[in-house]
This record gives sequence, C-alpha cells and structure tokens, in this order.
Amino acid sequence: MSLPISLDHVTHAYRTQAGPLPVLDDLTLDMPEGSFTAVVGPSGCGKSTLTRLVAGLMKPDQGVVKLGGKPVTGPRSTVGMAFQNPVLLEWRNILQNVMLPLEIVSTGMNKTQREDRARELLALVGLEGFEDKRPSELSGGMRQRASLCRSIVHRPEVLILDEPFGALDAFTREDLWQTMHELRRAERFTCVLITHDLRESVFLSDHTVVFSARPARAQRVVEIDMGENRTLDDLYAPRAVELLAILRKEIQIAQGREPAEAAL
Amino acid sequence: MNATLRQIAVPGGAMIVFLILWELLVWANGWPNFVMASPSDLPPAYARYWELFLTGGWQTLWRTVAGLLIAVVFGTLLGMVMGFSKLAREALYPLLVGFNAIPKATVVPILALLFVGQHDFNTVMLAFMISFFPIAVSVSIGLSTLEPEYRDILRALGASQATIFWKIALPKTLPEFFGALKVAVTLAFIGTNLMEIVSPHGRGLGALFDSGRTNADYPLMFAVLIALAVLGIALFYVVVALEKIFAGWAERSPG
Repeated sequence: MSLPISLDHVTHAYRTQAGPLPVLDDLTLDMPEGSFTAVVGPSGCGKSTLTRLVAGLMKPDQGVVKLGGKPVTGPRSTVGMAFQNPVLLEWRNILQNVMLPLEIVSTGMNKTQREDRARELLALVGLEGFEDKRPSELSGGMRQRASLCRSIVHRPEVLILDEPFGALDAFTREDLWQTMHELRRAERFTCVLITHDLRESVFLSDHTVVFSARPARAQRVVEIDMGENRTLDDLYAPRAVELLAILRKEIQIAQGREPAEAAL
Repeated sequence: MNATLRQIAVPGGAMIVFLILWELLVWANGWPNFVMASPSDLPPAYARYWELFLTGGWQTLWRTVAGLLIAVVFGTLLGMVMGFSKLAREALYPLLVGFNAIPKATVVPILALLFVGQHDFNTVMLAFMISFFPIAVSVSIGLSTLEPEYRDILRALGASQATIFWKIALPKTLPEFFGALKVAVTLAFIGTNLMEIVSPHGRGLGALFDSGRTNADYPLMFAVLIALAVLGIALFYVVVALEKIFAGWAERSPG
C-alpha cells in the first residue's frame, strides 16, 4: 500500500520574538502514489518544515496537506520517518530498536511475527547477525541502516526521510543509496527525501523539487528520467550529468546568485 | 594477578596502609586519646558498645533510606513538572535554588520546634529536604534536553505523551537520575546524622557520637566515625548496584 501526497497552496510562518518568519509561501506539490520525490534547496529554506507538515506534527497556517486525498489533521501510524540523526535508543538492542514502531502501531501481528518482520528487514539492509548489538557498537552507516528499518517496519504508506545520509562519509552514503533502492523494490511506499546532495537526488528520486529561498515555493520540478534500475555508474552517464547541471543552475537561482552571474 | 583478586586486594591494601599511617601518626606525636584516638583504640570501643552500634546503626540506616525514598518520589515528580513545562521551570527554579542555598543546620532547630518530640519524623524530613534537590534538577534537565527527534519518532506514529514518557524520556533520563542519586544518598546520610547529633535526646549513630562527646569517650567518637563511613559506603554501593541493573547500558565498554 502507498498513498499519494499533495500540498495545496500551503503557507506557513513560524512565530518568533522578532515577529512571524514565513517559511513556506503558497506551496503546491503533488507526489503520486508510490513515487520517490527529492526536495533540494538552499539552507534554511523550509524543507524540514515540509516533512513536519506531511507527518502531521504541525498544521499549516493556510492551505491543505493531503495523504490519499484526505486532509492531514495530526500524526498517523501510516507514516514512517528517519532523520539525519539515527536516534536509536541505547538501552535497546538493534532488533528491539527496529521493533519499536510495532509496539505503538497496532498491526495485528503477534510477537513472533513482529520479530520475524524486523529480522527480515535487518537482513535486507545487510545487518544480519547484528540484532543483539547495542547501537553504540555499530558504525554510523550501520546505525542509519537500522534507523531506515525502523522507519518502514510497520509498513507505512508514506516514508519521510529528512537528510538521513547527510552525516555519512561519501562511500557509506553511496552504499546506503543502493540499499534504499533495494528497500524500495521490496516495500511499497510514497517517499519524500530532503537532501542537500544533488547526486543523491538524481540517483534516488523520480522527480526532484527545487525550493526557492525562504519563504519557499516549488521553484521547479525536474523529472529524473533515469529508469528503474540505476547503478552508481549511471551517475556519470550524459543524461545524469545533464540533470545535475539543470539542478545546480536552479539552486544558484534559488540562492540569488544566478542573475548576478548572468549579467557578467 | 587475576581480576577479582585485584579488585579486592588493591582497595583493601590501601585501607590497611591508611590504618597503619594513622596509628603511626598518633604514636609518633605521642597524642593522648583526647586529642586523637588511634585505630588500636577502636576494637575495645566496638566490643563494649556493640549493642548500641547495632541499634543506632539501624536507626540511622532506616531513617536515611526513608528520607531518600521520599526525596526520590518528590524530586522525580518535581523534575517531571519542571522538565515538561517551561512555565513551571521558570517559576520553580529560583525558589528551588534559594531553598537549596539555606544551610540545613539552620533548619534543624526549626524542624525541632515545628514537630516537637517527633524525632523519627524530623530526621526523615531533614534527610529528605537535603537530598531531593539534585534529583529534581537532574530529572528536569534530562527531560527538557531530550532531542526533539526522539519525541518525533514516536509522535509521528500517533503515540501519546504517556507512551513517549515511558518508552523514551524516562529510560533516557535514567543515567542522569542515578548520577544525582549517588549525590543524594550521601546528602541524605549527612541530613540524618545532622539531626541526630544536633537535636537533643536524638537517636541513631549521631546520638551515640554525641554521647561519646559528652562523656569524653574519644575512642567511641572515632569508632562511630568509622561505623558511619562503613554505612555510607554500603549505601553508596547499593545505589551503584541499582544503577548497573537499570542503567547499565549507559556504561560504554572501555576501548
């Protein structure tokens, strides 16, 4: 199961001591069922706000966020989330960490089924044999793999990833990109990925949304027409290079650097 | 040398060296008993008063533990209120700091006047009042510094505040809580003894110490000091053992 996500004229501002700080400005976006959308944009442009709105952790000032055609009114168990910080619980072992959402969401699974489900996911991301380890005994990349397992263990219809690979070294990151593709093949979810890495967005997404500087609008949506089975080598193919150039240019426009350069 | 033997032999050896140095110090200076008793004076004192040591030790022990338990319950509740509500934190923090700043020796006569003759109650109260502060502060800091992501992983699934508290906030605060409890247990012990020594007709080891003073029985005073040290060490290590059981995960293996 997966659900389409739509944002309809969403405007939001944070109330600060210096007055309202607008972060999203009349944002309209459609993410089809089962699609993978990457969101890129300048720092502090409101990307994380988007994830909190879709997760139902916040309500927008204006506009509507819908999952499967129904307005989001609060948190719901059909959403999975992973962050840059893997936030694993040190007093639980890896298996118990992955099973955490199953203790909250009623899935009708008994204890053995829940454990099997967690083990199956851990095996899928290459963490077989680490079930009984503590999070601190694992490397950063392995912790993030466990965090990904936890985010999808309850079979969410929507997966929200807020820069989950941002703090990893380049090689580990590329490994996890491939893991992400495997997870996507094995499970069904509509995915939103917040990232600062344009190569990541080209490797993983079906379409990449470039946000303007704050308050953010969807400045441009770029279709990533790279096919289903992408390899890391594909990132050096002419089409990928072309897409990266387009995205880089859009980011420069969003940062307000492009017009100045164009004038030279 | 194997590890267990080492764990016993090293601190035990240090203790013996300490006793020898103490004995030598008294002997070299030729101090009489009323200046400073030496370790060799202690066994006769214990032999003579062992019954008083047992009853006094028990009184000191149960009142310390009772005061500490009340401090744990009250301190944790106060810490939870301050940890979850910024308003409560802003309102209570200065009060709490002010209260903690009052030297507790000044509270002894006030308590004694308030609850005349209720010696057990007064002692437990003082042990509680002196020891709840670190617990309240550590719990409130532990809860208020919980990273938002920790909340969000459960909140995004629609978990209630109570579930988030039991599954995440509480266990995550346990290491800080036990750190504070180690301080609190020593403080509660001090509180108990303060009341026992200062208030008239007191009970417990503190009262035994006081009677040693009034009767100029100096070996008895030193014998009480050592007994208090042993009791204090025992209480401290009970907390350490509890910490190992409930928050052992926070201890990183060396290397």
